[in-house]
Amino acid sequence: MTTQTIALPADWRDFLALTKPRVMTLVVFTGLCGMLAAPVTVHPVIGFTAILCIALGAGAAGALNQWYEADIDAKMRRTAARPLPAGRMDRQAALHFGVGLGAFSVLMMGLAVNVLAAAILAASILFYVLVYTVWLKPRTPQNIVIGGAAGAFPPLIGWAAATSGLAPLPVLLFALVFLWTPPHFWALALFVKTDYANAGIPMLPVVAGERTTRTQIGLYTIPMAVAAVAPWPLGLTGAIYGAVAIVATAWFGLLATRVATRTTRDGDAMRPEKQLFAFSIVYLFVLFGAVVVDRWVA
Amino acid sequence: MTPDEEERRLVAQRRNARALAILLGAFVILMFAVSIAKIGMQHR
Repeated sequence: MTTQTIALPADWRDFLALTKPRVMTLVVFTGLCGMLAAPVTVHPVIGFTAILCIALGAGAAGALNQWYEADIDAKMRRTAARPLPAGRMDRQAALHFGVGLGAFSVLMMGLAVNVLAAAILAASILFYVLVYTVWLKPRTPQNIVIGGAAGAFPPLIGWAAATSGLAPLPVLLFALVFLWTPPHFWALALFVKTDYANAGIPMLPVVAGERTTRTQIGLYTIPMAVAAVAPWPLGLTGAIYGAVAIVATAWFGLLATRVATRTTRDGDAMRPEKQLFAFSIVYLFVLFGAVVVDRWVA
Repeated sequence: MTPDEEERRLVAQRRNARALAILLGAFVILMFAVSIAKIGMQHR
């Protein structure tokens, strides 16, 4: 005789957690700023729909990432409580949810907004899931360098949703997020190195060591700073953005230099790395906010 | 399945059905609003 166990249906809060709402916040914000920085006025309903589609697309990518990495997440303290490794959700439900949400977001963007925005949204979801999660992340320490492109798409989508085209400013915003990703993630990887090592993910500090990671953080900060300040001298934004970009980037540079030049000691609390990680998030919010303020004030 | 487990399953199912109903309702309202906005944009 066998005992049949019927699991409880997953709670809606678990489906929400599957979409990585905290990551979604930054994605939605950069997408919204890309849209508001465009030199046209978008109908509020269409604008809202575009942002909703960006959020749903990011949620779909997050859900598919968690579906694929459920076994890795179970090995890391930071991610072990997620719905799949914690056993609160069936893997197939996560897959269906991710695919359904992704298809819905792209179709909705295509029908309600425009085809270009839908195409970039589709490309960003596929890039995050197939190129970053499936291909690069388990294979190379350069995973987040190339994979960073996935998170850089939202300002392009926002701009495309508003104008049905692209321009140098959103491309520079794309470059900014793309070049910001390595110092941001490697700062995190330095203080959760053990977690990544236990899960067998070849993050740079695990594979190449801390010294190389610290040097790379310093090196990537240089082109990131150029991409951050460039819109002003190129005449794509005004002085408000220029001033904010210079001050915020100088601060980022200082924190990154501190991380790049120090060495971990025994019982190190990794404060500079945590500060760089925390500031890098604020930095992106501030810069994108400044693009919009600059456009609306000027 | 014990009556207690069955009850918990039904509660969870009802909660999810309510969340889905709210989402579907929101989707209908959004599609309506998008249609009105698109019609308005064509007549501008």
